Amino acid sequence: MAIVSLKKLTKRYGSMEIVHGIDLDVADREFIALVGPSGCGKSTTLRMIAGLEDISGGTIEIGERIVNDLPPRSRNISMVFQSYALYPHMTVRENLGFSLKIAGAPKEEMDRRVAEASAILGLDALLERRPSQLSGGQRQRVAMGRAIVRDPDVFLFDEPLSNLDAKLRTQMRTEIKKLHAKVKSTVIYVTHDQVEAMTLADRIVIMRDGYIEQVGTPDEVFQRPATRFVAGFIGSPPMNLQEATVADGKVVFAGGQSLPLPIRFKAKVNVGDKVVFGLRPDDIYPAGHGLHSGDAADVHDVELPVTVTEPLGNETLVFAEFDRRDWVSRMLNPKPLKAGDRVAMHFDLSQAHLFSAETGKSLRA
Amino acid sequence: MDANASARLKRRAATIAHRVGLFLAMLFICLPGIWIVLSSLRPTVEILAKPPIWIPQQVSLDAYVAMFSGVGKGGIPVLDYFRNSLIISVTSTVLAIAIGMAGGYAFARYRFRGKSAMFLGLMLTRTVPGIALSLPLFFVYARLDIIDTHFGLILAYVALNVPFTIWLIDGFFRQVPKDLAEAAQIDGCTRWQAFWQVEFPLAGPGIASAGIFAFLTSWNEFALASQLTRSINSKTLPVGLLDYTAEFTIDWRGMCALAVVMIIPALILTFIVQKHLVGGLTSGAVKG
Repeated sequence: MAIVSLKKLTKRYGSMEIVHGIDLDVADREFIALVGPSGCGKSTTLRMIAGLEDISGGTIEIGERIVNDLPPRSRNISMVFQSYALYPHMTVRENLGFSLKIAGAPKEEMDRRVAEASAILGLDALLERRPSQLSGGQRQRVAMGRAIVRDPDVFLFDEPLSNLDAKLRTQMRTEIKKLHAKVKSTVIYVTHDQVEAMTLADRIVIMRDGYIEQVGTPDEVFQRPATRFVAGFIGSPPMNLQEATVADGKVVFAGGQSLPLPIRFKAKVNVGDKVVFGLRPDDIYPAGHGLHSGDAADVHDVELPVTVTEPLGNETLVFAEFDRRDWVSRMLNPKPLKAGDRVAMHFDLSQAHLFSAETGKSLRA
Repeated sequence: MDANASARLKRRAATIAHRVGLFLAMLFICLPGIWIVLSSLRPTVEILAKPPIWIPQQVSLDAYVAMFSGVGKGGIPVLDYFRNSLIISVTSTVLAIAIGMAGGYAFARYRFRGKSAMFLGLMLTRTVPGIALSLPLFFVYARLDIIDTHFGLILAYVALNVPFTIWLIDGFFRQVPKDLAEAAQIDGCTRWQAFWQVEFPLAGPGIASAGIFAFLTSWNEFALASQLTRSINSKTLPVGLLDYTAEFTIDWRGMCALAVVMIIPALILTFIVQKHLVGGLTSGAVKG
């Protein structure tokens, strides 16, 4: 059983506070992703869990044991580094078996466990090679193998895929997911790539400037972002966000254009409130080219000029000007459009989000 | 002649020119060494002949025989000198490497107050010529009564070598990614084990080269040794060369023979350590 629990975890470098007393509970066998822009404190948090950074305040529990001052080796964790950190002077076999050698495991056990890990990851043919003779994807696999061999309570991944090219990254992503299904350990996975977080994690922790913005399942953080930041960070292309003022039954944008106030927010805002209006590209589409998923009564039509299109084959991203800026919309089953064409756009306001302009928090409550 | 043929010819000519150039350069570098070996095998008349006699006419091992035949028969206490040199060089090298590893690791891995000032200070000590230190050192040593002891020379050589070994080893530890020691700690190592299991082997080539340099400096050092040694208690081989100078004569042949005896261990050591000097061992550790 390996529950990981962070309580008021704080990190300071001198007078600079990097992580501001965060609380997080990770269930046993849960795959949790820490995601956020660079400098948000996610890697520092992971390194504190690993024991590679001292903690300045709060507690870390692994498996209901406080590990604040334990060295990394006493925490029964494994970590996969962004740089892989393979030992260059050892063969793949020695790399895999290193932790067992240090622990003084008998040779038969070492052989057996190295063989198991190498079978899981398909490393059998590479065992006698050195890291310098491996490709990036192979090194990545060895790094994971080294983590598996330890049979840890918790796997820590620190941006493990960011050094791979796009194609390999997708492939390794799938392998990590399969791996988690096989080894069933608790995983804490740091990434700056929201797609990785969405595809892999049971729950996502979105961090920003050393605070946790939201913790939720991929579905929750996508459908019900708690803050404006989360709304902009999760989803690709990102949500259209525009500052506006609430008027009588309308939201009025800075440029003077307006949209009807979404029905579900009618009771939540008052006239004169400063808000941020958000709508995902999926919920703006040329008539007949989208998936309408909400309340038909809340769809609003606007005719807009197209500025740019980005065809992706199965769909086209259409940038259309509304209230003096480009709004991204997703056109399914695309038809050719060119800049300057005027297109009738459906705004599915049942899917709209409103955030407080002041606090950035969702007004949905 | 077509363009390809002329290009081929040009390339061949360039290769030949390259080799001839290399040969001349090597000849220039090796000539003093060859001359010492040749001079140790022939009589003084031939050594001092003008114009020089390039091809030895009379070759004999007399100088070597004489050297080892004991005091009074033209010999010098070469075995004592050799023993002194060996004790002093090996001990001072081991100490300089141990201190250099500790210091180099600290400079490479840790942040502390006054780090760059300290590093600069160490480098500045290298700007002082050794000979300038010999007189003050002589007075201090005389007071401490450590003139003509192994300890005295070892102390001087360690002090001389440490700034250099720290500087060189620091550079090699910097090239070993920090992630590796961290990975080792997660894999169950203590800080100490992580160092010996992972960082030390990877910085090995640097430590070996620092070792060679420190050894050769101590082995060949003359200026300080000639001031701080008196007798067979501590005289080293370079100082021993002076035994071949008398008031009116210099035994060039004997001196060259002793020089050859000095060179041999240094050569052997360099050959042994050389294979550990392979760089690029860290490639493949982290993203290439």
